[in-house]
Amino acid sequence: MAARVDRQRRQVLQQGSGIALAGLLAALGLSRPARAEWQKSAFEAKTIDEALAALGVTPPETSAAILLMVPEIAENGAVVPVTVSSSLARVEQISILVDKNPNVLAAHFVLPEGTDGFITARVKMGQTATVIALVKADGKFYRVGREVKVTAGGCGG
Amino acid sequence: MGGPMKIRASVKDGVTEVKVLMQHEMETGLRKDEAGKPVPVWIITEVTARHKDRVVLAAQFGAAVSKNPYLVFHFKGAVKGDKVSVTWVDNRGDSRSDEAEIS
Repeated sequence: MAARVDRQRRQVLQQGSGIALAGLLAALGLSRPARAEWQKSAFEAKTIDEALAALGVTPPETSAAILLMVPEIAENGAVVPVTVSSSLARVEQISILVDKNPNVLAAHFVLPEGTDGFITARVKMGQTATVIALVKADGKFYRVGREVKVTAGGCGG
Repeated sequence: MGGPMKIRASVKDGVTEVKVLMQHEMETGLRKDEAGKPVPVWIITEVTARHKDRVVLAAQFGAAVSKNPYLVFHFKGAVKGDKVSVTWVDNRGDSRSDEAEIS
């Protein structure tokens, strides 16, 4: 029952201007970060700028305090291991984006207090592209990017 | 319901490392089948990990997460013998929960 209500709420959020409403709710502190709603507009974004806007990101700074580990060359674009780790204090969110994928946002993680600023995941890459790690720490956004050369794409048929 | 997850959790110096391997097609919705018809999108959209009742990781996936998603994360506050549970939900409304004991 609760799940159904949640789904309806999600649809309402999507039908109304999802970005603005979600942003407003977040600003008012009404959306609890630990219960992450699937951010449709962010996951459907075609460009990095669109994705950042949909995620409500203020212009991120590049930071040497974020370590992004990706292979230099991926023989199989369907499975590219990505590790993001950060020594920044109080990491709240980590997002992984691929700038040349059809939908640039691959995954978004909300890290409650007590969870380290560290994530390993595997993503698909359609072609050689830049993998971007976006980190929110103590209310500020930081990004770092690294190119991965893909010799066989992961999104084709 | 999807196949079972493999979850490994171990604690060292107060930090618990959790490794999760989910079983899911993660179909992007961008491919076409042999007849040239688009294959509908079928992906895990949300993953939640809990230590007891406390959420320790809330993830959202897009279509670019690889088939059979694999995650590693670290959290504090658990001891050996505690349980970690992981739940995923996909865009068809299917879901799966599994748990593991921290070693």
